[in-house]
Amino acid sequence: MTTTVPAPRTTGERGAPLADVGRDEASLRRFLHGLPGVDQVGLERRSATLATRSIKADSKMRAIDMAVSMIDLTTLEGADTPGKVRSLCAQAMRPDPEYPDVPAVAAVCVYPDLAGVAVERLAGSSVGVAAVATAFPSGRSSLAVKLADTALAVDAGASEIDMVIDRGAFLTGNYGLVYDEIVAVKQACGPAHLKVILETGELAGYDDVRRASWLALLAGADVIKTSTGKISPAATLPVVQLMLLAVRDWHRLTGEHRGVKAAGGIRSAKDAIKHLVAVNEVAGPDWLTPALFRFGASSLLNDLLRQRRTQLEGHYVGASYIGSA
Amino acid sequence: MSLSPPVDGRLGVAKTFKLYVGGAFPRSESGRSYPVSDAKGRLLAHAALASRKDVRDAVSAAAGAGKGWSGATAYNKGQVLYRVAEMLQARREGLVDDVVAAEGLTRKRASTQVDAAIDRWVWYAGWTDKISSVLGSVNPVAGPFVNWSAPEPTGVVGVLAPQGSSLLGLVDVLAPVLATGCTAVVVASQERPLPAVGLSEVLATSDVPGGVVNILTGATAELAPWLAAHAEVHGLDLAGAPAELAVELERTAADTVKRVLPRPATEADHTRVPGTARLRAWSEIKTVWHPVGR
Repeated sequence: MTTTVPAPRTTGERGAPLADVGRDEASLRRFLHGLPGVDQVGLERRSATLATRSIKADSKMRAIDMAVSMIDLTTLEGADTPGKVRSLCAQAMRPDPEYPDVPAVAAVCVYPDLAGVAVERLAGSSVGVAAVATAFPSGRSSLAVKLADTALAVDAGASEIDMVIDRGAFLTGNYGLVYDEIVAVKQACGPAHLKVILETGELAGYDDVRRASWLALLAGADVIKTSTGKISPAATLPVVQLMLLAVRDWHRLTGEHRGVKAAGGIRSAKDAIKHLVAVNEVAGPDWLTPALFRFGASSLLNDLLRQRRTQLEGHYVGASYIGSA
Repeated sequence: MSLSPPVDGRLGVAKTFKLYVGGAFPRSESGRSYPVSDAKGRLLAHAALASRKDVRDAVSAAAGAGKGWSGATAYNKGQVLYRVAEMLQARREGLVDDVVAAEGLTRKRASTQVDAAIDRWVWYAGWTDKISSVLGSVNPVAGPFVNWSAPEPTGVVGVLAPQGSSLLGLVDVLAPVLATGCTAVVVASQERPLPAVGLSEVLATSDVPGGVVNILTGATAELAPWLAAHAEVHGLDLAGAPAELAVELERTAADTVKRVLPRPATEADHTRVPGTARLRAWSEIKTVWHPVGR
């Protein structure tokens, strides 16, 4: 498959060949609307084909462990308490106490006011702290509030920031506003990684997903993320596949690796493995690392642990045998 | 339900029946099916040949339905089960046809079997709000405590349905599971699955919530070990277990500390009105010590 944008002339500084695109609203619009349309039937058929791949025995164990290491273990409820976040952190560091060889998850994802609690608990471990920010989940607030929200999380020590784009502005074609917001938040992040949530369930079709992905990459997103998890449909395989295509093309153009995070709606080990197959086939094996691909999930971890035990113990394991935070 | 013979030059409608899992009728995950013959060896229809993954799906469905069903009031459970009996009565003729074809009985004897099955269902429907009075108790203890015992549902029960009596036998082992508030994964009689398929169609159109009863058709010897080993299954009824597997199944079930009803040496006489043995089997007695005084 060919790339969806013209070949690079130079490489070097961050996003070099595309540096001009974000210059003003008009060139941004020209670029985004110049992206080729998505072949919906072809995309969905490829997703369906990738989903039929059967992964067995040893490969399945490796896939399960890999999926565990890619999880952003998430709690984003109004009822979250410091206690709940602490127990989530315990589970993140040692997902299955009966099997200490299960890898730790990639990060814990919480609201910014609880990021400090997670940072304290996870200090010295390999588990990162991701905080959602910028008036999550709707993104409906002023830039000043969004930046303050980001600063709250960064000051608390969060190593990753999950921001939402202004879907209203995107849908009205106000790409410049969305771009500028991402750039501003990226600046406010400092050394923290920026994940940009596109909330694909609120965008109008696959073409919009492709445009939003490129917009976020152009503005400096380290990772593009499907959804907040508050809207259904969230992460679907075709949407994740489109986003993987975008980061793959970005890499071909600029030499930089940007990541993808599939969040929301992935609850079973089977779904997770389907996504890993897509990552390998669409983006390439480079992306099979927690640095470049993540699952945003709360209940997925338990199903992965259950399937892992099923593989090891030779019989099906009940959900009640796995404790959850 | 049987393959209808050509009448007036019409072709018979060939049937391939499916499983009943989580309130839906899926094909086997494996895509397999097997021919089902009547008592004289003539092809009746095809039935789904379930695999271990269908067992897994059925157990998940049963576990998911457990909270709602066990939490329903005893009165409500009784009403729902009585509704099943009503639907059985409405489909009586079709079920008689099924039993005649499956078991090779005369129409008169098959009718007696179906009537007994409906009556058995009504009998167990009446038990739902009496179990706690009969199995529960307030216990005299030597201390300043109020002490009482009450039955609670065991959970997910795997049922290997009797191989001989395809409808009455099935109802005889399934209805007590539901009456106690448990949910069931049933493996129907291997050679005579069609009356069980008929029952699943009755259950789907009555008020029993999806997933409370899941009926699999297929090779009992293939499915039973997975059911016995599954950690989310809390009870196992070996009524229709193959003789050579019975001991091994009990041993496997012990690994996850299941309640087990052992395989009888010969199939029970299902026409006899049962006692409370099966209601007891699928109830766990919880005893509470509550301090008295101020």
